[in-house]
Amino acid sequence: MPTITEKGADVVVIGLGAGGGIAVLPLAQAGLDVVGLEAGGRYTTKDYPADEIRNDIRNWLGRAKVNTEIPTQRSTPGSATTPAIAPSRMMNGVGGTSIHWGAQSWRLMPWNFRERSETIRRYGASAIPAGSTIADWPISYDDLEPYYDKVEFLFGVSGKAGNLRGSIDPRGNVFEGPRAREYPLPPLRRSGFTELLANAARRLGWHPFAGPAAIRSQEYDGLGACVYHGFCTFNGCHVDAKGSTNLSSIPKAEKVGKLKVVEHARVTEIVVGRDGRATGVNYLKGGELHFQPAKAVLLAGYTYENTRLLLLSRSAAYPNGLSNNHGQVGKHYMAHTRAGANGVIPGRKLNRFSGTAGQWTAVDDWDSDFFDHTGLGFIGGGTMSATMEAKPIGAARTTPPSLPRWGSAWKAWLKENAISVASTATQINTTPYESNFLDLDPTTTDPDGVPVVRVTNELKPMERAAAQFVAEKCRQWLVEAGATETWLVAPNAVSIQTHAFGGTRMGDDRGQDVTDRWCFSHEVPNLGILGASNFPTSGGRNPTETVMALAWRTADHLVESWSARTG
Amino acid sequence: MTMQEEGVRRGRLSRRALLRRAGAAGVVAAVPAGVFAADVASAPERERLETFTATEADIADAFVSRLIPNDASGPGAQEARVLRYIDRALSGELAPARSAYTAGLAATDAYARSRFGAGFASLGPAQQDAVLTDMERNVAPGFTPNSRTFFDLVREHALQGMFGDPVHGGNADFIGWDLIGFAGLKLEFTEAEQQLDVTVTPAHKSVVDYPMFSGARGGGHAHHH
Repeated sequence: MPTITEKGADVVVIGLGAGGGIAVLPLAQAGLDVVGLEAGGRYTTKDYPADEIRNDIRNWLGRAKVNTEIPTQRSTPGSATTPAIAPSRMMNGVGGTSIHWGAQSWRLMPWNFRERSETIRRYGASAIPAGSTIADWPISYDDLEPYYDKVEFLFGVSGKAGNLRGSIDPRGNVFEGPRAREYPLPPLRRSGFTELLANAARRLGWHPFAGPAAIRSQEYDGLGACVYHGFCTFNGCHVDAKGSTNLSSIPKAEKVGKLKVVEHARVTEIVVGRDGRATGVNYLKGGELHFQPAKAVLLAGYTYENTRLLLLSRSAAYPNGLSNNHGQVGKHYMAHTRAGANGVIPGRKLNRFSGTAGQWTAVDDWDSDFFDHTGLGFIGGGTMSATMEAKPIGAARTTPPSLPRWGSAWKAWLKENAISVASTATQINTTPYESNFLDLDPTTTDPDGVPVVRVTNELKPMERAAAQFVAEKCRQWLVEAGATETWLVAPNAVSIQTHAFGGTRMGDDRGQDVTDRWCFSHEVPNLGILGASNFPTSGGRNPTETVMALAWRTADHLVESWSARTG
Repeated sequence: MTMQEEGVRRGRLSRRALLRRAGAAGVVAAVPAGVFAADVASAPERERLETFTATEADIADAFVSRLIPNDASGPGAQEARVLRYIDRALSGELAPARSAYTAGLAATDAYARSRFGAGFASLGPAQQDAVLTDMERNVAPGFTPNSRTFFDLVREHALQGMFGDPVHGGNADFIGWDLIGFAGLKLEFTEAEQQLDVTVTPAHKSVVDYPMFSGARGGGHAHHH
């Protein structure tokens, strides 16, 4: 039983990261009393040393929680469960993973919102693979466009429009959906390497462009501009140039005077009343259990924690976990499929040991349905990228498979070629299957004795085929840029990672979808869920801007439907 | 005075390390003078061990020194103090791997004795390489769960110690970063420095060289230089 009952709030938000950190702003501006519970503390620029061991390898910013509750994994229900190799490299803190994300800041393509129906229309029902649970989103790109716009102008996203209200501009992404406005800031600086790859793509007849980034190319809203020092991904920005909710929406909401942030608060349960509505949440802080009453609850953890907390919140009304009376919590899980290519451009100093992964050339010619998939064995594809921000340990790992992995030959190769290694990568549109899902591990717990998530996931043939196809395009791109020896990064869908989707899928069918088109629970009317756990399909690109746009839209909906949701 | 004599005179090299280097004389003789000088300047001095026993340290040092040797392409793991990185980390962030090292180093030594009749640290480089090659190929017996797993563990930590920030105890004198052409930590890179074929002047700076990263000392390491 809780020892301390807090003063009641209108809304309690669980997690102040990319999703929750956005939602608090429209809620506070609407005059609602908001309490934000965050498992981590507050960080500032001094906490962001450019240290690959601390950041990329040890995930220091995730030590408050993420690193202590790493999911277990198995490929199929019949195979052995093993510990994960590493944490997901999400983080805890006010601002959450919006502090240390790579900040490649995308809108999904219009096709991503209706993959199932568009595929059947163009290629027939047989193009949907066996065991697939692929579904259209319940909303369209046009529904989300105003919220993408809000997010881009909140942070000052840097980019160049390729489709301004239907007018196509080849300096931007000619494949993107129409946008109402130009980006608030121009693209980040072009480097020798990003231009080398842009020119190569043009010679191949592709349509390269400066990839969009939630990293400010100029000062914006009183916040800093990028200085291109490297060590950006998995780290905060030492000049506050990154789009992070702890620098933008959270302080704006606090300034309104309607947001109370509670740091180091670990939520243990969402509490419901006899009528099945949420009444608040329990959390641990300083060794004591608190109860925070609220009229509405927004669950805004990462994909794993969203499913975990629902499954842990059992009650008479929800004996199998909250919002799980249809057995759908944890289902439709997707781990982003990745692949790519590396190559040596002999004798060239590419100087990729600086800048940010948001300083990049992107190509979308092999994503979505921008090419004919007849006979290819897959739908979708993925965006391709050529980025800056190589890091030293990572560079030392990037050697051709023909080379020994140690010793004098290996070392001499690094000395000769490390600065000439070019990389291209793709993120593959990944779809859900019946046999890929999340549940609670029956034996493994966190240090508090609470079960961790168990991930059951394997790379399916369709995603593998798509990844192999686009990886060859990645290789072709490098060869055109002058690479001699090239090697592929094999298709993979690492089960526990930073691009994890599903578990609380959104949709109009309460029998198959946990949340509705507003990302509110079908079963619990005053429980909203924020995050990529809502995505019905992954998209072939980074998810975070879509997470933020959805969160803003859910918060607006709560304000507009306040009495219906909480009455 | 040869490098070895200099090292012994200054108490820097263990007798085993000296023997090992004597065995590698042919390689050392082929090292260009410039590299030789750099090696002397950064010759490792084993500090008080924090995790390893002296015997373990000899084996581990020999192990990483074959993974990243001091050779014609420049100084290697020993000069970069990769051992110091691993030794310190095993009492900190890498503590869960301590038992794997205890068992794995003993198994490495036992396999060396069974195959060549002497402990790993006293073998010559060719024999050491043969042991490591068997481990990498996963055909060396006596390891749990297997020799490839332990080989990969040490290799990963050797890369971290060679190419990570010196604040963690390795990459001494920025040897690792110089090897691959990474200029070191700078707070800002100019447009000119991001062009092709430009030589970026090495900054040779670690996170601890910048006061603004005062939080770096909370980064899970017990030491700084």
